[in-house]
Amino acid sequence: MRWISILLGLSGTGAVGFFAVREIIMYPMYFFELFLGGLTRGSIYALIALGYTMVYGIIQLINFAHGEIYMIGAMTALIVATVLGMWGWNTAVIVILAFVFAIVYSCAYGFTVEKIAYKPLRNAPRLSALISAIGMSLFLQNYVMLAQTPDYLPFQSLIPDFQFWEPFAHIITSVEITIIITTVIVMILLGLLIKFTRIGKAMRATAQDKVMAALLGINVNNVISATFVVGSATAAIGGVLIACHVGQINFYIGFLAGLKAFIAAVLGGIGSIPGAVLGSLVLGISESFFTGYFWSEYEDVFAFAILVLILIFRPSGILGRHDTQKV
Amino acid sequence: MPIKQQLKQSLIIAFWFMILTFPIMVIKVNTIQNIIVFRWFNLLWVGILTFVASLVWNYFLRRTEDGKKKDFEDDTPLIHRLLQNDRFRRPFLGLLAAFFIAYPFIFPMYHTSIMISALVYVMLGLGLNIVVGLAGLLDLGYVAFYAVGAYAYALLNLHFGLSFWMVLPLSALLGTLFGVLLGYPVLRLRGDYLAIVTLGFGEIIRIVLENWDEFSNGPRGIADIPAPTFFGHQFNQDNTMIYIYFIVIALVLMTIFFVNRLENSKIGRAWIALRDDEIACQAMGIDKFKTKLTAFALGATWAAMGGVIFAAKTSYINPMSFTIWESITILCVVVIGGMGSAIGVIAGALVLILLPEYLRAVAEYRMLVFGALQVIVMVFKPDGLIKSVRKVYTFKTSQEPQQEKIAHGTHT
Repeated sequence: MRWISILLGLSGTGAVGFFAVREIIMYPMYFFELFLGGLTRGSIYALIALGYTMVYGIIQLINFAHGEIYMIGAMTALIVATVLGMWGWNTAVIVILAFVFAIVYSCAYGFTVEKIAYKPLRNAPRLSALISAIGMSLFLQNYVMLAQTPDYLPFQSLIPDFQFWEPFAHIITSVEITIIITTVIVMILLGLLIKFTRIGKAMRATAQDKVMAALLGINVNNVISATFVVGSATAAIGGVLIACHVGQINFYIGFLAGLKAFIAAVLGGIGSIPGAVLGSLVLGISESFFTGYFWSEYEDVFAFAILVLILIFRPSGILGRHDTQKV
Repeated sequence: MPIKQQLKQSLIIAFWFMILTFPIMVIKVNTIQNIIVFRWFNLLWVGILTFVASLVWNYFLRRTEDGKKKDFEDDTPLIHRLLQNDRFRRPFLGLLAAFFIAYPFIFPMYHTSIMISALVYVMLGLGLNIVVGLAGLLDLGYVAFYAVGAYAYALLNLHFGLSFWMVLPLSALLGTLFGVLLGYPVLRLRGDYLAIVTLGFGEIIRIVLENWDEFSNGPRGIADIPAPTFFGHQFNQDNTMIYIYFIVIALVLMTIFFVNRLENSKIGRAWIALRDDEIACQAMGIDKFKTKLTAFALGATWAAMGGVIFAAKTSYINPMSFTIWESITILCVVVIGGMGSAIGVIAGALVLILLPEYLRAVAEYRMLVFGALQVIVMVFKPDGLIKSVRKVYTFKTSQEPQQEKIAHGTHT
């Protein structure tokens, strides 16, 4: 079994490597564009996947409603931007306010969802919490659909085309570069939060051992709420950015994005924050190459195929710890 | 908690929800015509509704918590106690049988058709119950096997003219085969990794069906799938529905019989043991992989048979019938009904499938209500509507030979 997998891995890498080198030499620009497109895509996945992985790390729950939080973030930004735009406010103010409102409201929704649908189920069977999460996801989708509209709403880009970026705009648009830079900044801030602040330390402690953390005086409920809030905030940023990039949103965008981000989180090893980022980038970039070089209609099949392949050879994801099961 | 404090708490919650839902409930933007509508009345509604809802919610939440503290007595669900009691069992089952036999003759065709869908879900639920409820393997791609069955009937009929009765056993075999094929590489994974990979396989099969035109006719689907015949006799449209209804009833009964038998067999006990503790199970000499694979394959068998009936009933299938939401619905049937409990799964399927159909009167809001109900049921009944009762073996420890006595049984 072992040498078969090694052989398969080597031949696969060899074939991909040969193909990649040939392509790079023949059409370097196209390759580079696809790479940057994949990087953008991966950044968005990463912003959403973080919420999944952090929540999973603490309460071992697939937060199915996370994609909906991301959608609500984008929706709120759209509403705020449109209203303020019609009142004739300054563009810069609108951009800032739209982001602020999107983040604040997503956090509030994440917080509320946790209190209603997950907190009473802390000690229930894990599948019950999952069904509750699925129910919440359905509810939020339909709530937004009924209160707003089932149609796609055009989303005017909040990010302007920067003047100084003009020379590079044919390779990567200013929206895309903004997405990548924002993601990097968010990642660094999040890393600092987890590593050095009190709440970050409490989160890590709770993730390791909830009972022990509680014994040491950490309020576990508050830590869980904080995790949902932080995860929702990054998802909201992702939501607004992707809405600027794609240019239209509706109530259903959260589902597929959430699914892809969850795949990315599992790919990297769920529960691990660097794993989520790495998994997202791997997924985004490889998807971009696949659609660029092969068939675009099989894009989602490819995402799942890559997941299955990686999990067969590394059952806990790329960076996941291989826990030995304790008796 | 005193009433005054409760009211104050609910008032705060109502206020919080009014702020929370403000942008989405009150402001409606139309970015094409540049119109903003402010719907202030919605704010009032949200306030009143959440105020009442939070009062009710907190009341019931407190009651369940109080119930947990003092309730040490037998918490066997009512229906199990009824079924154990011989005086009630016969008349109850008789009444049930009479109802289901008379059903298609009393009610109009529309209701029979809905009932058939519900009964197909009973089959699917019982099949998935083997995988999720008994063996504890979270399978989010169950719909893949359902699709295999439906497409097996449609395609075998289209190309080779095979009849319903020939395809039904064939599709069961095909389902088992697919179960083994898909299960083989992925069953080494645990818990949520398994869930996401099975979900992936389910989606892969659907997307392939959607894009591989030569094979499956793509998104246009396959039409004119014939209904089953009765020894070569083809009924008219209404009678066909009734005929299919009775076929499904027979299959459901068969499923219940098999599942009940399986549950009490050596392999069934191995599944339950494996779900509860893998390591202890391996120490007892149970082949972990083989046992899991059997559960996965058997679950797939029932899904495929359900698929054949679905195709025969609707006479038209396309890949849109096999999305991930279908898998989720079946999983909800199992979990909301009560994992591992056959009666629970049946009740779950009837409630979950019939409810949205009859909620069509309020069509717009039905998925909203459905989602909310899922959350509510899970919060207040985390073990499902009818929770499973485990067999308890008691030993007599006197001089007489040790004898197993069944205290609680899950007779159906």
